[in-house]
Amino acid sequence: MIYREAGQFKSTYASDQALFPIRQDRVVVGLAVAAAVIAVPLVADEYWLQAVLIPFLIYSLAALGLNLLTGYAGQVSLGTGGFMAVGAYSAFKLASAFPGLSVLVVFLLAGLVTALIGLVFGLPSLRIKGFYLAVATLAAQFFLLWLFNKVAWFTDYASSGTITAPPRTVASIMVTGPAATAPVRYLTALAFVAVFALIAKNLVRGRVGRSWMAIRDRDIAAEIIGVRPLRTKLLAFAISSFFCGVAGAEYVFLYLGSAETLAFDINVSFLVLFMVIIGGLGSILGSFLGAAFIVMVPIFLTNVPHLLGLAMPVALQKQIELMVFGGLIILFLIVEPHGLARLWQIAKEKLRLWPFPY
Amino acid sequence: MREPTGPPSVTSGVPLLEVDEVSVRFGAIQALDRVSLEIERGEIVAIIGPNGAGKTTLLNVVSGFYHPSEGRIRFEGRDRTRLRPYDVAALGVARTFQNVALFKGMSVLDNIMTGRLLKMRGSFLLEALYWGPAMQQELLHRAFVERIIDFLEIEAIRKAGAGTLPYGLQKRVELARALAAEPKLLLLDEPMAGMNVEEKEDMCRFILGVNDEFGTTIALIEHDMSVVMDISDRVIALDYGRKIADGRPEEVRADQGVIDAYLGVSHA
Amino acid sequence: MLELLYGVFVGPVKDMVTGPAFLAEVVIGGLAAGLMYSLVALGFVLIYKASGVFNFAQGVMVLFAALTLVGLMERGAPLVLALLVTMAVMGALAFAIERVVLRPLVNQEQIILFMATIGLNFFLEGFGELVWGSNVKKLDVGIPDSSFVVWGVQVNRLELTAAITAAVLVAGMAIFFQRTRIGRALRAVADDHEAALSIGIPLNTIWVVVWSAAGLVAIVAGIMWGAKSGVQFSLSLIALKALPVLILGGFTSVPGAIVGGLIIGVGEKLAEVYWGPLVGGAIENWFAYVLALAFLLVRPQGLFGERIIERV
Repeated sequence: MIYREAGQFKSTYASDQALFPIRQDRVVVGLAVAAAVIAVPLVADEYWLQAVLIPFLIYSLAALGLNLLTGYAGQVSLGTGGFMAVGAYSAFKLASAFPGLSVLVVFLLAGLVTALIGLVFGLPSLRIKGFYLAVATLAAQFFLLWLFNKVAWFTDYASSGTITAPPRTVASIMVTGPAATAPVRYLTALAFVAVFALIAKNLVRGRVGRSWMAIRDRDIAAEIIGVRPLRTKLLAFAISSFFCGVAGAEYVFLYLGSAETLAFDINVSFLVLFMVIIGGLGSILGSFLGAAFIVMVPIFLTNVPHLLGLAMPVALQKQIELMVFGGLIILFLIVEPHGLARLWQIAKEKLRLWPFPY
Repeated sequence: MREPTGPPSVTSGVPLLEVDEVSVRFGAIQALDRVSLEIERGEIVAIIGPNGAGKTTLLNVVSGFYHPSEGRIRFEGRDRTRLRPYDVAALGVARTFQNVALFKGMSVLDNIMTGRLLKMRGSFLLEALYWGPAMQQELLHRAFVERIIDFLEIEAIRKAGAGTLPYGLQKRVELARALAAEPKLLLLDEPMAGMNVEEKEDMCRFILGVNDEFGTTIALIEHDMSVVMDISDRVIALDYGRKIADGRPEEVRADQGVIDAYLGVSHA
Repeated sequence: MLELLYGVFVGPVKDMVTGPAFLAEVVIGGLAAGLMYSLVALGFVLIYKASGVFNFAQGVMVLFAALTLVGLMERGAPLVLALLVTMAVMGALAFAIERVVLRPLVNQEQIILFMATIGLNFFLEGFGELVWGSNVKKLDVGIPDSSFVVWGVQVNRLELTAAITAAVLVAGMAIFFQRTRIGRALRAVADDHEAALSIGIPLNTIWVVVWSAAGLVAIVAGIMWGAKSGVQFSLSLIALKALPVLILGGFTSVPGAIVGGLIIGVGEKLAEVYWGPLVGGAIENWFAYVLALAFLLVRPQGLFGERIIERV
């Protein structure tokens, strides 16, 4: 009853194709954005910002990137960790080589570098499909991490083998480095992911998105219709890597502060893949939902036993985490392969009719 | 965008499509054996023959999905035997498939819009912003696709997921997608398979309408003889990869070789 | 520049030629490692050939089998009893997997099943650690990890046993698939689930059989690995290494898994020993994958795999 579309007629194609054609959606999104920008930094405490919200935003960006490649274009990738590493290490090198360069520009340039690397590792996708491609992306994952480990140039010859985010300001506000406050870093990450999500949504509902989905659903028929497979796939790899590269740079600059290659190993690739599967392949919203879910599970497992008065040793928590992740993947694939995003859609459908059952 | 040009005049001159002594082998199987045919601009040509005769293979070779081991293919007089499928599509050839090849993950509207992909010149940066020229282009193409949706009477299902539709409607959507490309040559692979009488009548109406209003040349593979007799200008019959008849529908129907092929009289 | 070219192309070859005994030992070491990969890959092939599922969790099944065996032996069970119980456990696991994971996903696309096995992988990793603990365990199967010398080359008893066992396993599996009725039924199932169901093949039973057989292979692999380097969690990373093996050998070929594994094993060792020092070592981390990638570009179906013909 509340969520009715009746009376909202679209008289132009433009309004029909708008991002949020239903008025109630516009209101909700508007409120959510306002809450995220204004309320959260005022209300949330350090722990929530640092341990939950900032990594959520960064993982959302990475999940968005992977979703474009795997969910929309149908190219399975297990190399997300490697691409995030490229973003992180390029950002580090750029920031140390050009100290005057705005850190926002550094992030974007790091993304560009990652996009180029992504193009290179995407080339095999013309000959290879499905999980063969997944194995090829493993080559990217392992090779890139080995490269960053072995070649000391990437860490500016640091003896510890780690890269550390240098302190940088934007408009005289400290954005990275130890002096940067959590709300500032949160807002930076939020700004990036919001802009990128908008870009992703625009790409996906237009020409580019359609050619990706055509390749994903029936690549041979797509080719016969006129879609050029190599160009389409390479574009997917490039854009996806761009997103993952920026996410990787943010991971070090806005979240961890400093990192070594271990932070980007194969487990990260799996983690982001899980976010995309649980959240919903081929859904922008799903990338966010999946990231939120995966970020919350360890928090949940840490805090709930505590609240219930039980003690949970750290090792046990890790084991249960693994089991929960694995079990949930299987559960989602059986029950709702389209993930949380589809469940959300179904909920909205039910809301349309509520309080009537049908 | 093309406006209706009225009924085509079937002219002679350079044929739209020439298949010249084309052979296709798969290992030991000779799918097509020195097949030659011509299709004139504006014609509706039916391709008939028993199962396994090579009809779909013929369409696949024209689409560029297979390359012939012998022979040449000419489109509008120019040799295009070794082109890739997307280049063939760019020349103005569109088609539908025997097992409906819709993109199940997209809506009907989006499926038909993919048919417009070749007509869309994109600046992907502007598209990322969905602003200005990018948005204008998107809306123009949407308007064109809506005309096709009107023509094929599928307005009610335009937002439905393509995978959720009944078979007959899926076939219609596939036709819409092919039409969206404004093709010069439309290849239809069993467009009426699995349809009831009413649906077949609708389809015939649409096919004739497309030929009539836009002058599109059509080649269709079809098993239903009444449809073939009704709508085609010319009929080509294949059997065991060879062309066994080529002429007006009444002639081909009476041809002894064609009758034998369908009745299963063995050939050498 | 010249120095670089020399270092890459001439130096290592020279080292190989001037030290044949050492080369032979490196190769044998590579063969031994490769054999381990092959055994894991064999489990993959078994499941893929018979149910069309790409079982990402094969490596963790190896680990799980080894953990169970060692865990039982640590608690005092003699080897034979422990083995029997482990086999029963793997059978029960196969049953559970069929019930919970495979049956609900019957006839879904391969990529969905693949991702389900990734989930399974993580689940079993957590579960195994939960039940048996996470420290490294030593596995003693009564075969000494010692070497004897043949023609100036050292041969390790354990590795030799592994090789013989693998050979027996492979021969057995080849006969099983080609000659028996069940083998034929399995190949039908791998081809098309629904079609197999429609001609009366009991899908569920078949799958339990197959995954149990893969479990058996996992036990053998687990024993071999565990006896050599101790039972620890890096064992599950082996699953990842088995993927390049499958690419080289083809996903459906038993001899291919063996040959592929040996090639990867030897290739890796040679690369690490002779070219590794040039670039600081640890080439083994990525060599197998890059080799597989290069191979895929040239021959997408692998050495022994079937050619994929696409139809429209």
